Formats: sequence, structure tokens, C-alpha cells
Amino acid sequence: MTDWINVILQGVLVGGLYAMFAAGLSLIFGVMRLVNIAHGDLIVLAAYVALVTTEALGIGPLVSLIIVVPLMAVIGYALQRLILNRTLGEDLLPPLLVTFGLSVIIQNGLLALFTADSRKLQAGDIEVATFKLLEGVYIGILPLLQFAVAIAVIAALQFVFYRTALGRAFRATADSPPVAQLMGLDNRHVFGLAMALSLAVVAIAGVFLAIRADFDPSIGPARLIFGFEAVIIGGLGSMWGTFAGGIVLGVAQAIGAHINPGWQILAGHIAFLIILAVRPEGLFPRIRA
Amino acid sequence: MSVRVAFASRSSRVGMALCAVALVVLAAAPFWGGRDDMQLLSQIYAYVALASLWNLLAGYAGLVSVGQQAYVGLGAYLLFAFAILGGVSPLWAIPLAGIIAALVAIPVAGLVFRLRGHYFAIGTWIIAEVFRLLASQVSVLGGGSGTSLPASMVVGIASTRQMRESLVYWIALALVVAVLTLIVLLLRSRYGLALKAIRDSELAATTNGIDVLRTKVLVYIVTAFGTAMIGALIFFQRLRISPDAAFSVNDWTAFVIFITVIGGIGRIEGPIIGTIVFFALRQTLADLGTIYLLMLGVVAILVMLTAPKGIWGLIVERFGWQIFPLERTVILDDRSAGREKQRPDDR
Repeated sequence: MTDWINVILQGVLVGGLYAMFAAGLSLIFGVMRLVNIAHGDLIVLAAYVALVTTEALGIGPLVSLIIVVPLMAVIGYALQRLILNRTLGEDLLPPLLVTFGLSVIIQNGLLALFTADSRKLQAGDIEVATFKLLEGVYIGILPLLQFAVAIAVIAALQFVFYRTALGRAFRATADSPPVAQLMGLDNRHVFGLAMALSLAVVAIAGVFLAIRADFDPSIGPARLIFGFEAVIIGGLGSMWGTFAGGIVLGVAQAIGAHINPGWQILAGHIAFLIILAVRPEGLFPRIRA
Repeated sequence: MSVRVAFASRSSRVGMALCAVALVVLAAAPFWGGRDDMQLLSQIYAYVALASLWNLLAGYAGLVSVGQQAYVGLGAYLLFAFAILGGVSPLWAIPLAGIIAALVAIPVAGLVFRLRGHYFAIGTWIIAEVFRLLASQVSVLGGGSGTSLPASMVVGIASTRQMRESLVYWIALALVVAVLTLIVLLLRSRYGLALKAIRDSELAATTNGIDVLRTKVLVYIVTAFGTAMIGALIFFQRLRISPDAAFSVNDWTAFVIFITVIGGIGRIEGPIIGTIVFFALRQTLADLGTIYLLMLGVVAILVMLTAPKGIWGLIVERFGWQIFPLERTVILDDRSAGREKQRPDDR
């Protein structure tokens, strides 16, 4: 029994990380109807940026967030203004192909710079610290912190989106780019800020990913897929739905892995396909795709 | 006064004549070329076919898939399964793999077509991942580490080694010709006209009685059929299969997308030009390894941003050529005036 409680708890806590993968993806899709195929590779890029920062400055990975988050945000803004804004329009092909190209470029660039060796960020004692919840049920401090950060990130995005002038600009541009422009908004700048915010979340997700497990340049696409599955399971356009989607995915993977280690990822995909088959609008939909 | 629609133009007549000459020369390759030439040509055929099929899907039907490796791998695994488990000759296994993949594509379409636009792309990728993970669970085919084709199966198709190599080469050539013919015929049929209408405006196409979803699903299934046969052929030539190689996103999707974008998406000539450029670059830059893929990505992005119709698009803009007789031209036979009036349709 405690066995299964442990499995489900671990799944829920990992789900927080998946929700962070998904939040940035969901945000930019909501604002500019763009699916960034390089999203997963940007998460891995953030992990490598954190690796370089921690090694160069001798600081811990959590402290490195102070540098990694703003840096990734600047990269996001530049990426949007210099490349992605040129691809937006009626035609779906250019943004997909350009972000797909970016994905390949980031992957192979990282491979050339850092080789295919697995790396990991060392966070020190906090990595192994746990506390006892029940007899036989232990919770790691780090997974719990990661889960709390995920809740904070989603809450912050929700706040920005619905309670601030920036969020109003996001929603206005999402509803109607031409009207937003007539009201004095510079859409190119608004999209740039959305991508900056998305990559700020990516940076947090990347650092936690890199503390939690080994990473190498090739793991990006799988992170994109996890984030995407969380978005669809949760339902498009709902941030807390995305959070729930991440948890469903995390629990499904944990259960699959518990039955057979080879089934971990497959179980997550199957949960996604079942939701797609029986409830394609997701569990907590706000808008239709 | 009568009205008829013509497909051929002067450039397409020249183009088809050149294609016929090229086909004769290429078919004779076993008599003038060495083993290396034949292997390189077979690889080129495989990429022309894969890129043409992806182009049909993305360029003509607007279905941007980044998961066609699902069908390359499925076709390849079906060939190995038929050969190893059923003792079926690889020559029969190739068309069988295509048919089964087309049948598999029907329920898969039922799932991924629930995702629109951008999300469709990632949905297809997940399907490919599911296929890869399932393939690595099949222990009789080597599980995660893969397996080899039994020598008896290979020897069985022809008595001498030279005959075998020539036979496989001709199959590769026949398959690429068949795929291109299939695409040309599809585009010249009423489905091709429907695709063109859908590309211009889905709403207008629907109001003219076109079943948009059915047309797209049809293209998806036809593409799966062709892609799986090519996948079966590629891995028959390699004689070895593993889940990571058979379902590789880099080999079967990234390269294919870059080839199509650089050559010219949405035109049948594009993937052919793109493949020639791709192999020419690869022969000169192969030593660069990962950097080569990176550069290809940069070139593809630059093409997409500055010349989204690719190399062939630039040629068409400048000279108005077409190699394959596809462009519909309305011809009015005005008997009273005794002359032909032509009006090329607007693209």
C-alpha cells in the first residue's frame, strides 16, 4: 500500500516539473498561436547555461537562477523580434519549420560545444534531504521545492495574465492583433515580451530538470512532448488545467514505471492518447483549439 | 466554342522528355556504375521519395507532420517481421508493409486529426514515439537493441550477389518512379483540384462541396502507404534494424523537411532539386558531422524567411517552368476566330 502511495506521490511531484515545461508553451500559444517546436531544446539550453554559470562563478544551481532567468528572457525577446515575428501570419508552415530548424540548430550546437556526455547540476545536501510523511512514505525536499515553485510559477503567470497591464496587452493581442495595434500596442514588442516570459519559465524548468536528473543535448524533444501532453490533457487556454495535466502525466508515468521500467514514457503517451480519444478538449478546457 | 483543360505546357513536354532520358540512363546504372554509385543513387531515390511524400502532405494538404518517421520505422519493422517470423520474401514484404501501414494510418488519423494546425505536428511526433517505444518492446525482433535480417532471406531473392544488388537497385528506382507517378496522378485527379481549393481557402472549398477532412485523411493515408514502402526498402538494404535507427527523427524527418524547404515546398520538383543539393553538400561537407546538420538548419531557416518557395520557386518565378504536367490551363477553342486562347490559372 505504502508502495503505491509513494509511486503516486512521486508522480504528482514530477508533474509539477512537467507543468513548468508546459506553462511556457501554453503561454505563447495563447498569445500568438505559435507552437514552438524548439521549446524542449530551449529547456536543455537553459540547463547548459546554468551548468556554465555554476561552474564559472562557483555558485549553487538555485542561486544561478538569478542569472539564468533574465538571460533566457533576453534570448527569448531577441529570438522573437529577430526571427519568429517574421514567420507569424496566416500560413502555419513558416513558424513550424523555423522553430523545427531552431530545434535542430540548438541540439547540434550543444552537441558540438558540450559533446554527448551526460551532465548534472550539483545542488549539494538538499538533493538527498527528505522528511517522513507516513510510516514508509518519505518526501524529498527538492521535489517538494520543485512542486512549490511550479505552483508559484503558474500562480504568477495567472496573475500577470489577468491582473496586470502586460496581461491585458497579451489578451488584447491574442483576441485581435489589428485592433490591439489600433489601440496603440506594438504587437511585435508584445510578442517579444510573451516569448521573454515563456523563456523565463523555461529557465526555471531547465534548472530543476538539471538538478533532478542527468541531461545531454538530445533530450529536448522529449521535454517538448511532455509539456505538450500536459497542455492537451489539461485543456487549452487554462493555466491551472495545464498544471493538472502535468500531474496526470507525471502520475501515469510513475505508475507505468512501477509496473515495468520500460513502460514509463509509454504509459504517459498512452494516457495522453486516451484523453485525446475520449475527451479531445482536455480535462479543464477554456478555449477550443 | 469549346473549353478544355490542359496540363502539359512546352516546358513540361521538354521536362518529361528529359525525365525519360534520365530514367533510361539511371535504369542502366548496374551496367555502367560500380557498387558505390548504385548505393548512393539508391539513397538519393529514397530521399526523393520520402521528401516528395512529405511535400504532398505538408505542401499540398497543409498537414505539417514531424512524425513521418513513424511510417518509415513501421514499414521497416513490418519487412523484418514478415521475413523473420513469416518467412515472406522481402520483395513481397515491401508492398505488404505499405498496405498494412495504410491500414494502421486510418485509426491514427482518427486520433491526430483531433489536433489542429501546429498541434497536429507534435501529435504526429508522439505517435512516432509510441511506435518506437512499442517496437523496442518486441523481443522477437531484438527489443531495444534491434536485429539483423537472416542471410537466407537475402540470398533467396537472386542467385548471384551482382544480380541481388542490381535487383534491389531497380526496386529502389521503380519505387521512386511509382511514388512520383502516384503523386502526379493524385494531383491531376479531382482530389488534386480539391487540395488546391483547400490550400487557397478551406471555407470556400467547403462551400463548394469539398469534404475537407476526407480529402486530408486520404492524403495522410496515401502518404503513410508510400512512406512505409520506402522505409521497408531502406532497411532491407541496410540488413539491420533498431528502434532508434528506424524511428530516427533526424534521418527521416529533419533531413526530409530541410530538403523540401530548400528545394521548394508545394511544388513537385522541389524535393527533387532539394535532394540533389542535399547530397551534393553532403558529399563535400560530410566530415563536419554535427556541424553539417546545424548548417542545414540555418540554411533552411534563411530560405524559409527570405525565399519561402525555395530554389524551384525562384526558378518558376523567373522562367515559369514546370517539369511535371500539373498546371491546369484552360483552353478556349474559339472556332469562329479560328485561334486558341489560353489562360493559365492563377496560383
